[in-house]
Amino acid sequence: MTIAWEPSERERARRRLRRRARLRSGVIAAVSTAVVAVAAGVGITQTSGWPRVRQRFFSWAEITAAWPAARTGMIVNLELFVVCGAAAGALGLLVALLRTLAGPVFLPLRLLAAAYTDLFRGLPVILVLYLVGFGVPALRLRGLPTDPLVLGGAALVLTYSAYVAEVFRAGIESVHPSQIAAARSLGLTHAQTMRRVVLPQAVRRVTPPLLNDAISLQKDSSLVSVLGVVDAVRAAQIATSANFNYSPYVLAGLMFLAITVPLTRVTDHLAARSARRRGAGAGGGGVR
Amino acid sequence: MTAADAVGSSGAAAPGAASPGPAAPVLSVRGLVKLYGDAVVLRDISFDVGPGQAVVLVGGSGSGKSTLLRCLNLLETVDDGEVLLAGEEITDPRVNADRIRRRIGVVFQAYNLFPHLTVLQNVTLAPVLVHRVPRAAARDRARELLTRIGLADKVDVYPDRLSGGQQQRLAIVRALATGPSLLLLDEITSALDPELVGEVLDLVGELKRDGLPMVLATHEMAFARDIADEVLVLDGGAIIERGAPRRVLDDPREERTRRFLARIREPGPQGRAAGPAPRP
Repeated sequence: MTIAWEPSERERARRRLRRRARLRSGVIAAVSTAVVAVAAGVGITQTSGWPRVRQRFFSWAEITAAWPAARTGMIVNLELFVVCGAAAGALGLLVALLRTLAGPVFLPLRLLAAAYTDLFRGLPVILVLYLVGFGVPALRLRGLPTDPLVLGGAALVLTYSAYVAEVFRAGIESVHPSQIAAARSLGLTHAQTMRRVVLPQAVRRVTPPLLNDAISLQKDSSLVSVLGVVDAVRAAQIATSANFNYSPYVLAGLMFLAITVPLTRVTDHLAARSARRRGAGAGGGGVR
Repeated sequence: MTAADAVGSSGAAAPGAASPGPAAPVLSVRGLVKLYGDAVVLRDISFDVGPGQAVVLVGGSGSGKSTLLRCLNLLETVDDGEVLLAGEEITDPRVNADRIRRRIGVVFQAYNLFPHLTVLQNVTLAPVLVHRVPRAAARDRARELLTRIGLADKVDVYPDRLSGGQQQRLAIVRALATGPSLLLLDEITSALDPELVGEVLDLVGELKRDGLPMVLATHEMAFARDIADEVLVLDGGAIIERGAPRRVLDDPREERTRRFLARIREPGPQGRAAGPAPRP
């Protein structure tokens, strides 16, 4: 805006009032947070069992001793997260697209996709891990992998692609039918309509829920430890069983938090941004 | 016009399908019927659209106008009768619907623009993807069309930044970019503020003068009187009255037509685009 504008005396008074109110809320928030934090800290450390808990769970010596193994294990978790995340994303998208296919020829594919999501969304992850991790090697088929890391990763992909497929399907269904009518009216085929009109809008809408699944995949990557893969949790377990000190578990927990908390923040940020953008698109802003 | 048109007309050699005469109709509808379950929503609809002609569908909401337009574009399957596009029977189940739709432009009441694409991309999508026009050529053509409707400076913005009137004109241009041989317009001004109706109808009037055949559903009676070669009044899925616009709109013979027109004219601001509506 190029027009200079000097706020009126009344507006300046209002701004002073708002500034004072903000300052007061800030002070109150700081004081109450400090009081609660101190009370909690004092309350916990004053319990009769605290010295033993501190020694068992927060032993610095144990944590530093477990660090190298836990770090190596965490790299396994991250590898699983990246590889399985990409594979589950691709497979999930494929399954979701199969479910959109019209026409009698595709009935078996549609049924297969529906059965796949029902099955793997309904089974506990740990069961899928056992079935794949111990069942596949028992088949003694040549060419099939027997590495528990690969099998565990495959089990995670099976489960998570089912979740991701449902997220994608919800996104696809959220695109208004009039968009499809417009695209088909222009002569686009079903595939072209999906690829150029429906999916770009759907993927944008489901990015926040997809990132939620990514965060939970990062956590669930620790479940492959049941197959004997030495990830961060397994490494912590080994260190713990050496002398019954649980501090390595706390270390592993902190390592997971170091990954998932920033991921959560990114997710929240993206969700807020897409909500804001949609609000703007509808021509309305929020309150204030 | 376009490659698709050439393909379309060369494939239109159905023997005895095209009616003889000096001006074979672009579109010919014969005894069309549409059912939703047991309900008959369109009953024995027949009309022709000649070269450069505009047929206007008039009728209350639920009279079947939109369904009829969707049938013409094969977005709905027809339950009886036939539709001929340039002499080719497009209601034949063996016909490739995608190939037919390429030759028909459609403009919707709610614009249905693609929100994730820019103004320019909205226009070039179908020419590049469906008609295999080289990208650069499609862009040039789109710019030319957008200049014509005064949106040359908006090529890179997204549709939600445009006014309703601009969005609807963009939707018309998007439908034109593929060089259709027929345009279907479904109450394209019903979602617009009254002050924006004029700019959209002016554009449609221009297209009519350029000789583009069209079928329109509209509530703008003054505009219909101006542009129509034939007016069809629909009620309960059937044509209850038809003829030249002045005859049908100024001197309706049917009581139901009269009642409908009275209802339409009630609000007043209708028809401002093409001059005051003379009241009978």
